[in-house]
Amino acid sequence: MTPIQVVFLFTAALILWAAFMMVTRQNLVHAALYLIVALFGVAVIFVLLEAGFLAVIQVLVYIGAIAILMIFAVMLTRGDVSHESESVNRGFGWAALLAALFCFGLIILLGQSPAINTPAPALAVDRDTVFELGRALVSPDAYVIPFEVASVLLLAALIGALVVARPHIKEKSKQR
Amino acid sequence: MIPLSWYLTLAAGLFSFGLYGVLARKNAIAILMGVELMLNAVNINLVAFWRYLTSDSMNGQAFAVMVFAVAAAEVAVGLALVISVYRRRKTVSADEINLMKW
Amino acid sequence: MSPALLTWLIPLPPLLAFFLILLFTRRNNALSHTVAVGAAALSWLLGMLVFFAALGVEHLGEQPFTSSVGWLPLGSSVFPIGVLIDPLAAVTLFFVAWTVLMIFIYSIGYNNFGQPKGEGDVPGLPPHGAKDHGHSVPSVEPMYARFFAFISLFAFGMFTLVVSDNLLTLFVGWEIMGLCSYLLIGFWYAKPSARAAAVKAFMTTRVGDVFMLLGIVALYAATGTLNFREILHNPQVLDALATTSSGYFGLSVAGLIGLLLFIGTVGKSAQFPLHVWLPDAMEGPTPVSAMIHAATMVSAGVYMVIRMFPLLSAGWVEGGDLTATMTVMAAIGAFTALFAATIAVAQKDIKRVLAYSTISQLGYMIAALGIGAYVAAAFHLVTHAFFKALLFLGSGSVIHGVEHGVLHTGEHIDPQDMFNMGGLKKKMPITFWTFLIGGFALSGFPLITAGFWSKDEILADAFGHGHLAVFLTLAIAALLTAFYTMRQITLTFLGAPRSKAAEHASETKPSMTLPLVVLSVFAVAAGWVGIPENFPVIGGLLPSWFHNFVSGTLLEHPEAAAFNILPLLVSLSVALGGLGLGYLVYRRAGEQDPLRSALGPIYTLLENKYYIDELYDRIFVRPAKAIAEGFVYMFIDRQVIDGFLHALARAAFSLGGIFRNKFDAPVVNGFGDFTASMTQSFGRALRKVQTGQVQQYLLFVALITFGGLFYYLFGILR
Repeated sequence: MTPIQVVFLFTAALILWAAFMMVTRQNLVHAALYLIVALFGVAVIFVLLEAGFLAVIQVLVYIGAIAILMIFAVMLTRGDVSHESESVNRGFGWAALLAALFCFGLIILLGQSPAINTPAPALAVDRDTVFELGRALVSPDAYVIPFEVASVLLLAALIGALVVARPHIKEKSKQR
Repeated sequence: MIPLSWYLTLAAGLFSFGLYGVLARKNAIAILMGVELMLNAVNINLVAFWRYLTSDSMNGQAFAVMVFAVAAAEVAVGLALVISVYRRRKTVSADEINLMKW
Repeated sequence: MSPALLTWLIPLPPLLAFFLILLFTRRNNALSHTVAVGAAALSWLLGMLVFFAALGVEHLGEQPFTSSVGWLPLGSSVFPIGVLIDPLAAVTLFFVAWTVLMIFIYSIGYNNFGQPKGEGDVPGLPPHGAKDHGHSVPSVEPMYARFFAFISLFAFGMFTLVVSDNLLTLFVGWEIMGLCSYLLIGFWYAKPSARAAAVKAFMTTRVGDVFMLLGIVALYAATGTLNFREILHNPQVLDALATTSSGYFGLSVAGLIGLLLFIGTVGKSAQFPLHVWLPDAMEGPTPVSAMIHAATMVSAGVYMVIRMFPLLSAGWVEGGDLTATMTVMAAIGAFTALFAATIAVAQKDIKRVLAYSTISQLGYMIAALGIGAYVAAAFHLVTHAFFKALLFLGSGSVIHGVEHGVLHTGEHIDPQDMFNMGGLKKKMPITFWTFLIGGFALSGFPLITAGFWSKDEILADAFGHGHLAVFLTLAIAALLTAFYTMRQITLTFLGAPRSKAAEHASETKPSMTLPLVVLSVFAVAAGWVGIPENFPVIGGLLPSWFHNFVSGTLLEHPEAAAFNILPLLVSLSVALGGLGLGYLVYRRAGEQDPLRSALGPIYTLLENKYYIDELYDRIFVRPAKAIAEGFVYMFIDRQVIDGFLHALARAAFSLGGIFRNKFDAPVVNGFGDFTASMTQSFGRALRKVQTGQVQQYLLFVALITFGGLFYYLFGILR
């Protein structure tokens, strides 16, 4: 067992444990924190896969923005806590069964694919993957258009979130 | 060396947890968290395949970047919706948001 | 234009006039009578053309004008109809054309054309006067155009009958006239007596017509044709018919057919016992009586038997025994002649006398035919048409004159009763002189009147062939004829007026008196063409023209009887004696008939027509009505037929109910309702799927998606 493998196994266990805890905690803040742990773990996996840039982006965007946003949302929607007696709904058994079946099915399926055990090819030492990624994202014969579309999407999401979440002044005037 | 199958297994397990979280949790924000888990699993898959099968071109990573962007947008809008619903109905429990019931 | 073609056209103008008047000119009186008289004049013209063409042909009997077309398809052959002008048809056409035209012209004045409309006049009742500047004047007939339409149709029927060459179209004309007699006798349909008379006429003649139709059918069955030339001019056919036994009453086929056809004439020409309709037919307007009882309808009956004489006399030779049919004819004819003459003596209505006189004279003709006097019968037919039409039209003129007096004085008397008249000779001279000529002709006034020549010929024939019973009967009838004719003339025209209306009577218009004058010319002159060759002194002038002409119609020309002084003397004495007796008895008659006290109960019997009408009523009319009302109507119609229909209706209803309740409602409706409720409950069950809970939806989506995906992928990998 190489050290890399140990690191991987440890990280994988961490991720899975954190995910499990996240989906079973009643306290949402705890769930959010566990999410953050899982996201960290995923960042480590990215590093193992020699996609360092993505690891950094993962920490910045996911943990730094999305998870924090979730915590904000949890804070803003704290109603009466006693209402939340259970964390799962009535059909959780079915969901668990489905998830389990899916997982195992997927594993078996993937196990049967012939390319599953290819060893990782060696990477060129002085290859600048970040530069190549950057070039791919803005090069006209690569992914500039999806890049631009993604920016439009972010703009739309921005505007949409603003519109949806802003308070409605008309209602307040009616109430008065 | 870490075989590709280990990464894929990890992604599968993470995805399943995410799926369970989406289907079983009552709180709407918890559902969104489950969605995040699923997206992350997808990202692991994408990068793993990139690293092991097509590492000469950057397609895999570019795709993963797109997934990041989409995930962020979706969470923003989704949480905005949850907050708006919370304002109206004073609840974020998916059980109780059932106006489309027969 | 060959005469045959012209003959086809003769019946058409009156038919056209009938339709034109009914469809177009009904509201316009002047136009209607112009159309009608124009049509009659046109037919008259065509008739005269054909007649004079016929006169010019030698031996017309062998080469008559004929023309025929195939009309009725009968399987493999076609029944032909056509026209035939032989001598008999020619002379008949002559008198029919003249009398019809005269009657049409007379009708204009009779229906008071040009007079104002009466205030109380309604269609269906005779007009009874209008107020013109204070005093009453005759008013115009409300149904003026209708009258002319009907008599036009009548003329059409008669012309058709005269010109036809077969029994079928003859019968068609016969029946058209029967219909028109109903329509015209019942012309004033609002009068119950007129309606009853019309039905009586139609019914009685119908009885005769049924037998005639049987005769026609039997003739067609026996010979396969109804054409006159083919049957009557064919010795083999006649012999075969005469010698084959028919199986009924020991008669030959010819005898049976002849008898059946003769019964038709008994009805149509009002012989005993079917004479009862003719006196009642006086309910119709006078021109109608003239038309029916002189010019056309009754003449048609005699014309038909004269036409069928070869068939009736098949097997008879001149001088030999009469056939059975001929014996029957002679008996009925002679009896009717005497019978009707006795009734005429006791009648006080001016038209009734003439009606019975007609019956009597027709009896003469039939008796003549019965004893084989073919030409004499035809001769008397022609002369009788002229003087009887004259007498009827004259009586109409008298009635109009007396009505004028009635309107003038306001007296309410019957203008047709002779005992209310008298002294009209001074007031209505033209009517008087023409009526006198007609009356003398009827009585057989010697030498100058037509009636003398024709009647004398019949008596001569009867005596000459040894039928003494017939001779005596006809002689007595002639005496009575002269008597009642003079009675009529004396009561009406001579002596003093018996009522104020008669005092104020006046002559009628020229449209009425002109036809009287024309007819009186014929009443005198028509007889001269028949003066027998061997008559002393004047025999050579127009030697038996009529006899020679008409006898050509038959295959074997009948010989004229040898001249014998005895029948001539008898004829002279009964005529002059009867006329004188009538004058003597009635010249000073007052309100009462002198004969009433003289004859006592016999007079009452005669006045009531031997109570035959009452007898028929008891035997035929009342039982028929009882059966119709009680049996046919109450039982068969209401119970049987209606009952059947009601039962049918009930069955239909219950069937409908069954269909509705047992099938339509449960099955069809039920199926519809079932489908609807199924859909509803299905929907109600299915909607539970929609819980509104997103995670549940997601669960399903994921399940199906992943299931499908794995199924596909695992399948591929296998």
